[in-house]
Amino acid sequence: MEPLKEEQIVSSICTATAEVFGTMLNLAITPGEPYREPPSSGPTDGVIALLGLVGQWAGTGIVQCDPSLAGRIYTHLLAMEDTAPPEAVSDDVLDAVAELANIIIGNVKNLLEEQTGPLGMSIPTVVFGHNFNTRSGGTECWTVVPFTCGSSKLTVKMCLRHVPHPGELRRGFAVPRCLAL
Amino acid sequence: MLLDVLIVDDSAAIRKILQRVLRQADVPLGEVYEAADGLDALKVLGTQKVSLVLADINMPNMDGLQLLRKLKENEQWKNLPVIMVTTEGGQAKVMAAAELGAAGYIRKPFTADQIRHTLASFL
Repeated sequence: MEPLKEEQIVSSICTATAEVFGTMLNLAITPGEPYREPPSSGPTDGVIALLGLVGQWAGTGIVQCDPSLAGRIYTHLLAMEDTAPPEAVSDDVLDAVAELANIIIGNVKNLLEEQTGPLGMSIPTVVFGHNFNTRSGGTECWTVVPFTCGSSKLTVKMCLRHVPHPGELRRGFAVPRCLAL
Repeated sequence: MLLDVLIVDDSAAIRKILQRVLRQADVPLGEVYEAADGLDALKVLGTQKVSLVLADINMPNMDGLQLLRKLKENEQWKNLPVIMVTTEGGQAKVMAAAELGAAGYIRKPFTADQIRHTLASFL
């Protein structure tokens, strides 16, 4: 299997994010310069939605935004553009960001599956907070594409590694074949 | 004939969007019910008369394909049309849904027109 190229991941993220924002939110979004990020990055703020991916390639997709954009995502997703975005990051706002992340990362997955083979995807987990750190378990770097939407920022990150034998996800702790994903 | 629809999605936002699109669509709509996953959907189906199901695939507790399989195995619900409304656009999932007897497949992100067009084919 050919290695997954960085450009393919970046291109898939840009295509999926633009399509989702255009179709479901009616919001324009502009990609910035993609970059690589180490597994452990510094403290961050805002709303962050995470989805796990499994198969012959395994990893995580993340959609992160500031609270003001999270509020706009909520009002635009529900076609309430004329309503002022909620000031607080409520459960409804988190649900909207989680669903947006589900659709963006799901479509990135769909675009990459031609190369990676079928991938399973978890349901999203969404976190809101200030000054928190995230760290992935592996040593692989994240592919990061920053976007601007008006004056707000949104970031989409992917970290995927090849798993030659999907039943052996952790070295030394092989998953029984009957449970292989 | 009025269309009584059950929307099954773990996202409250998507359930609200589909409710709105259904109510704005030019279709004779009856009741619209909601369920957050497959298990919840089975409870609704046990008490309400439904003529069409719109179901997500990736959901906790019981996913959309498991729900579809349950419905097709049940004498009472085997002819109930189920349309998958999902992010899962991979060939494997589309084929699996078709083999289990899904009546249609709408990929997220969707437009209101796509939903209306698909609904129109069930009238």
